[in-house]
Order: sequence, then structure tokens, then C-alpha cells
Amino acid sequence: MENNFIIQTEKLTKRFPMGKGEFTALKGIDLGLGTGEFTGLVGPSGSGKTTLLNIIGSLDTPSEGKVIVLDHSIGSLTAKEAARLRKEQLGFIFQSYNLLAVHTVYENVEFPLLLLGFPAGERRKMVMDALEWVGLTDKVKQKPPQLSGGECQRVAIARAMVKKPSIVIADEPTANLDAANSHNILQTMVRLNSELKTTFLFATHDEKVISYLKRKIYLLDGKVDKDEIVSN
Amino acid sequence: MKLAIKLAFRNLIGAGLRTWLNVIVLSFSFVLIIAAKGILVGWDRQAKRDMTSWEIGGGQYWNENYDPYDAFTLIDAHAPVPSEFSPEIEAGDMVPVLITQGTIYPEGRMQSILIKGISPEQTLLELPTYKLDTLPGSIPAIIGSNMANANKLEAGDYVTIRWRDANGTFDAAEICITGIFTTNVPTVDVAQVWLPLESLQSMLLMPGEATVLTFRDREINRIGVAGWKLMSYEALVSDVEEMIRTKSVGQSVFYTILLLLALLAIFDTQVLSIFRRQKEIGTYVALGYTRREVVGLFTVEGAMHAVLAAVVGAIYGIPLLYWLSKTGISLGTSSADYGFAIADTMYPVYSGSLVVGTTLVVLLATTVVSYWPSRRIAKMNPTEALRGKIQ
Ligand SMILES: Nc1ncnc2c1ncn2[C@@H]1O[C@H](COP(=O)(O)OP(=O)(O)OP(=O)(O)O)[C@@H](O)[C@H]1O
Ligand SMILES: [Mg+2]
Repeated sequence: MENNFIIQTEKLTKRFPMGKGEFTALKGIDLGLGTGEFTGLVGPSGSGKTTLLNIIGSLDTPSEGKVIVLDHSIGSLTAKEAARLRKEQLGFIFQSYNLLAVHTVYENVEFPLLLLGFPAGERRKMVMDALEWVGLTDKVKQKPPQLSGGECQRVAIARAMVKKPSIVIADEPTANLDAANSHNILQTMVRLNSELKTTFLFATHDEKVISYLKRKIYLLDGKVDKDEIVSN
Repeated sequence: MKLAIKLAFRNLIGAGLRTWLNVIVLSFSFVLIIAAKGILVGWDRQAKRDMTSWEIGGGQYWNENYDPYDAFTLIDAHAPVPSEFSPEIEAGDMVPVLITQGTIYPEGRMQSILIKGISPEQTLLELPTYKLDTLPGSIPAIIGSNMANANKLEAGDYVTIRWRDANGTFDAAEICITGIFTTNVPTVDVAQVWLPLESLQSMLLMPGEATVLTFRDREINRIGVAGWKLMSYEALVSDVEEMIRTKSVGQSVFYTILLLLALLAIFDTQVLSIFRRQKEIGTYVALGYTRREVVGLFTVEGAMHAVLAAVVGAIYGIPLLYWLSKTGISLGTSSADYGFAIADTMYPVYSGSLVVGTTLVVLLATTVVSYWPSRRIAKMNPTEALRGKIQ
């Protein structure tokens, strides 16, 4: 695979054991994503979006085929290597935010930097920068249960972005948010995408999200149905 | 590891009330173990100290026929003090004691006793033998307060005793109680009277003889002497040690139950955590932890209960234990009931090794019960954990 793709899949198949047999969730996916894309996997429920994101995010492994993320072959990474890839290069945003409830906003955003072993002074600056990107510098001492859904998701974005990862993976990031908050979040991500050149990969069936995407990969029943680049 | 400790601490404190309940129960067992063991250590020390100063010194030679558990052997358990001990005796570093069986007749009653002869000049043992160095017209005698109470004897009382001499002939005489001493060592008190050695030797027609030779120095390498059995200090206190061991088993049943309760609560918390915090576990993995590292984090978190318990236990335990060690604990038993040297009030002794050892044991046990349920995390599928769907 010689090209500029930072994410590439080739004949990616994923099967899950189900009862006595198997269920094939992904049926030979061929994809390539370049640096700085703002791309979404779009499709109905059960089409395999989350499954594909999880494999690209090295949280799961393919049953067959190749998946290369930042020159790492996902299928053949050890648990340690996969963890390292996630720690250093990938950021995750979840539908239900998945913040650490007993930690403050500051500590939540600081977390990935602690894992990476940044010194305290540097951490502080990076956390405050990230909180500024999402407009939450006044909430550093609050804890997630005291925040609104929109604020929680902004903390999650700050947490995903604080280490300036190469790729941010966001699975239904707006599903729990109202329209205003959804647009706010998406505008933030569009801005970070253009300022930091971070690659964004979404899974969504939310029209609001879809309207911001620069590339839409339609999944249907575990296959790529349509791959559409938005010209503007 | 430093990070895990930091995170574990945040999580644990964040869990609030549940954490503190676990910590407090655990700290109870902590303090209780140290207190209970401290009492035994204090007891052991006190018993040995009292035995040393009142009875056994640094060790003894026993006449080969002497058996303290069989009074009838006393008939034959005497022999001249070997001459090689003379320098030690003259220097005051060895005390010969002659023992025989006899009878005392206080207020017309009669009681079987031991009659012991000891030199009035001796200072090796704490017995106030200088009170034997008087001439009250009868044979001077000192007795312990237990003996005095049991027979309603007071200082200045005259009382008749009877014995058999070396030829087996019965004889009787009047003794005068010239001193009553108080001791925690029942084996120098209960059912016995102390007379001047030379008086007893002439009463028994056993000049220069003795039954037991108590010496001062525990460290000297001693050799056997024909007709005499060397009883080392360790052998003489082995009964005390045996009793302390028995006590300690009884005690540990009690605090082990408390400790197990605390550990069970922590175990339960861990099991619950792993079910309730699946999303969090998935999040740690997504952020770059391996599942093994998450197991480590949860284990540290559980084990930290022990650290907090040590801190909390120290807050109320140190003043409490200090106070106990100063005012002592009354066990409500008398030494005579036990047949051992037990003080009325016990002063617990807490050694550094006791505190450190207990802390380590509790920490280890807590770590094990924290690790045990956490192992499940290593088998979790992170994608399912993220969805919180594992049953
Ligand atoms: N661990 C699993 N075991 C068995 N089947 C699974 C597993 N994970 C996903 N599937 C199945 O694979 C298919 C694709 O699931 P996936 O979660 O990727 O869909 P999705 O496109 O993200 O849907 P949604 O929009 O509802 O989130 C579904 O039919 C699902 O039931
Ligand atoms: Mg999904």
C-alpha cells in the first residue's frame, strides 16, 4: 500500500459469533482516508458503522482483510501496541461522552496527557488551550454531573483533542444533544479540523452532522454503498 | 504506577460514602489487631520480666530428681551444692533454694504447702529475704500476699508448720511471719513459705544442700554438672510462651472475623465496580490503557482502602493505643487463677515491627481481594465494555 492514506482498509470483513453460527457485520470494506479529512460513515442502524470505527480505532480486530492505520496493521498489533497507538495518535468521542464522573473538567482533559507523561507545566498549558478551543475555560473545576450535555460533549472534544492526535473518531457525537448544541459542537470540530489538520471520522445518521461532512461514506448492510465527496 | 495511585485515589475519594464505610471497618480491624497483639506482647514481656526478677533469674540448675509438677519427688530432690558453684554463690550471682513439702496449721486448719529455704542476704531475686534476717524467737518466714490472704495470715503472726526430715521423721516448729510481699508470680507465692536457708537445712538435716540453684547471668555458656539438670532461661519461660501462643490463637479468631468482614465489603465493592463501571473501563482502554493496566488500576484502587484505613486508623488509633499503653488494661483475672505471672494491669507494647507487619498483612490481604474480581477486566471486550453491555 503505497499512498498517502492514513486509514486504509482492504477487503475488511468482520464476523461476530452469534448463537451457533456467525453474523457478518462488515462484508469486504475497501476504503482509504487521507490526512485532514472530515468524513462520516453514514447509514441506517445495524449497517456496521460502529463496528468499522471500533476496528479503525484498534479497539477491535478484523476477521479478514487488511486495516492499516498510521502505518500500523490493526490485525497484527499486540494489546500493548494497540494501546500505544490509541494513546499517542487517536482521540475518541462517544455518544454518551464517557467522561470520568469523579474527575473535574480539568482532570478529564488532563487525563490523556498524564498517560503520555507530559510534565506538569506543559500539561497545564495544553489543557487550558484545549478548554479554550471548546469555550469551557470557566468550568475547569466543575465535575461532569454538574454540566449540561452540550458542555459534557465539549469536554469530551477537548479531551480527544488535547494531545493533538492524528485521527479523531466520533461515534454519534450529537445523538444526545439538541440542535443548538449539535451545531455548536460541529462548528467547533470543523474549526479544529481546519486549524490543526486533524482527521475526523464520524459515524452518524444525524442530518445535522451529515450536513457538515466533506465526505460521506454510505454503509448498507456491512458494505460500502456510496462514497461521496462534497464539493464546495 | 504513580499515575495509577493518583487516579485510584481520585476514584476512591470520588466514590464517597461507600469508600469511607469500607475504610472505617478496615481501620477497626487494623487498630484491633495492633491493640490485641500489643496486649500479648506486653503480657509476654511483663510475665517474663516478673518471672526473671522473682524466680528464675537467668536460668536454673535443678536437682535431677526435682519435678515442680510432682510434690512427692521433693523427698529425694536435694543434694549438696556442688563446690564449683561456691565462687558464684559468694559473689551473689547464684542463689541456692532448698524445697520440701510440709503442712501449715493456721487457726487450727491445715494446709499442704511447700517450705522453701533461701539465703536472707541474696539480692538476685526480688523476694524481700532481708526480712528473714531477724530473730523473732521463732523461725522467721516471709510469704506472698496470696498465701497470706488464703490463710488469713498477717505480719507478726505465729503459726505452726510440720515437715519430715532427711530420715523421714516428722517434726514441727513455730514460724513467725516477718514479711508479706506482693508479686505477680504465683509460683513464689501460692501455698508456700520462705525460711532462711540455713534454718531449713538444719530442720531437714540436710546441711549445705539445695534443690534449685538460680543464677543471674543468662549469657554465660554453662556446662552440665553431675546430679544437676541445667534449665535454660528459654526452657523456663517456655510455659509463658506456650500460653501466649494459645491466647494469640484465640484472639486471632476474633479479629480475623472482623478483618474478613472488612475484606468482604471491599471485595463486594470491587465486584460492583467492575459491573457498574464498564463504560469507564472501556474509556480507559480507548484512551490508551491496556486491559491489564486497567486491572492494575482497579487493584490499586481497592488496595488503597488499606492505605486510607491505615491513615484513618492512625488518627484515632495512635491516641487510643498510646493511652492504653500508659494506663494499662485490667484483665480482671488474678495471677493465682492462671498459675502464671500475670499482672493485674497489662501494659500493651506496640513494636515498630508489629505496626509495620500488621499494615503489610492488611495491605496484602486487601490487594488480593481487590485483584481477584478485577481479573475479569482482562477478559472484557473493550467495545462491549464501552457500550456497558456485559452481563
Ligand atoms: N459484539 C457483537 N456481537 C454480535 N453482533 C454484533 C456485535 N457488535 C455488533 N453486532 C452486530 O453487527 C451489526 C452492526 O452493528 P453496529 O453497531 O456496527 O451498527 P451501527 O451501524 O453502528 O448501528 P447504530 O446506528 O444503531 O449504532 C448489528 O447487526 C449488530 O447487531
Ligand atoms: Mg453504532
